Formats: sequence, C-alpha cells, structure tokens
Amino acid sequence: MSVDPDVDVHIPAQRREMARTHGGVLAVIGVGGGLGALARYGISLWLPTTPGHFPLGTFLINVLGCFLIGVLMVRWGQRPLLRPFLGVGILGGFTTFSTYAVETRALLTPGDVPIAMAYLFGTLAAAMLAVLAGVALMRALTRKPAEVAA
Amino acid sequence: MTLVLVFVGAMVGAPLRYLTDRAVQIRHDSVFPWGTMTVNVVGCLVLGFLAGLGTSLPSAVAALVGTGFCGALTTYSTFSYETLRLVEQKAYLYAVMNVLISLIAGLGAVFLGYALAA
Repeated sequence: MSVDPDVDVHIPAQRREMARTHGGVLAVIGVGGGLGALARYGISLWLPTTPGHFPLGTFLINVLGCFLIGVLMVRWGQRPLLRPFLGVGILGGFTTFSTYAVETRALLTPGDVPIAMAYLFGTLAAAMLAVLAGVALMRALTRKPAEVAA
Repeated sequence: MTLVLVFVGAMVGAPLRYLTDRAVQIRHDSVFPWGTMTVNVVGCLVLGFLAGLGTSLPSAVAALVGTGFCGALTTYSTFSYETLRLVEQKAYLYAVMNVLISLIAGLGAVFLGYALAA
C-alpha cells in the first residue's frame, strides 16, 4: 500500500502485480534515497543533535518530509517513475525512523525524560499535522471536490 | 568521503525498503502497513546496535551503515502518510495500532540493539 497506493491488495491479481519489480524503479529509488540521505546529513551538520537537548534537526527533517509526502501523493501520486523517485526515494531517504528512536532512547535518562517525551510525541503530532496539511493544501489547489470532502 | 558513504548506504537502504515492503505486503490481505513497520523496526535494531557500540564504532561505518543505510531503510514520511490513509479509510483502530506498535517496537528494537552491542 505504501509504495503502490493504486494497487488494491484485496484483489489477488493486483497483489501479484506488486511482486514484479522493474530495475528502473529500483534505480530511481536508489538515487533518490541517496540524495534524500545527503540532505538529511547536511541538516544534521547544521543542527547537530547534542546530549540532553531536543533533537531539532531530526524533528525538522521528519516534519518537512511528512508535509512533502502529503503534497506529493495528491499531486504526483499516479506518476510511474516520478512518484517512487520523489516519495520512496528522496523523502524516504530524507526522513528517518531509526534516528528518531535512537535519539529518544538517548534522552531516556532521569533528568531528560520530559524532553524524551516531548520529542517522541511532539514529532508524532507534528508529523501527522504536516502530512494532513500537505494533503489538504494540494487537494484544495488541485480542486478535487470529492476528495476534499473525504 | 563521508558524503559518498552516506550516499552509497542510502542507495542500498532505500531500494531494500521498497523490496521489503512489497515482499511483506503481498503476503497478507489487509490494509495494515506491516511492510513499513518491518523496515522501521529492523532499522531501529541495527542503528541501536551501532549506537550501543559507542566510540568504538569507526566513523566510516557510522556514515555508511548508520546515517546512510539505516536512515534510508527507515522512514517517517511513509509511516505518517499510511497512518493518515488508515484514518481516511475510517480504519481508526488500525491507525492507532500502527502508531503504538511502531513506537513501542521501534524503541524496543533500539534497546535490544544496545543490549546486543554491550
């Protein structure tokens, strides 16, 4: 569902379609993932995570990436190569769940638990609002009344 | 050199996320995003292990496997988008489960990785 939202997994024939993979798709995902990771690395140098402090760099990376995936899936959700390049590749490589979890664990020390909780749930809340904002914005701009109502 | 390592690690991690998601999603008849959860938890385990190694971890390995591979294998954007989709499909229980299980299993995997590195 994540990589192919147009495939209905309830229909066996369409589900099997997901088993086939084209080399071109893997190539654009690889390059996109590399570019997204470089952007994430750049931001982490600009806003490095320091012990005992809110990991602002990773927070901004994840929230921005979630806003952009909302925009992408409404506007370019049906493009066969562009969507995997931008979505699975660049945005998937840009955002990170593993760093988020490791940073949260590092903050789970007696004095820093409030920061850990603020980071853990603050990222979640901001990310969900961001993806919702991206989707809502693009639906409004592309004027799809049926989906705006959804 | 660090830039190359990050790029190469991500060039492996991102396609592996795509392939894993497909492999997992074709094996069940449900809208629940097990595929994304799988890559996120596995990435948390590996990065937790690397973090647990601390200063004994070579910086080149940290860039290649940590920042590059684990960062690109895991994703927050797909996680949030899939959660929103579950909400829009009125699969509210699945949406809540996706968030709770991802957070608990992800953090649990980090702790397990740390323990394995110790």
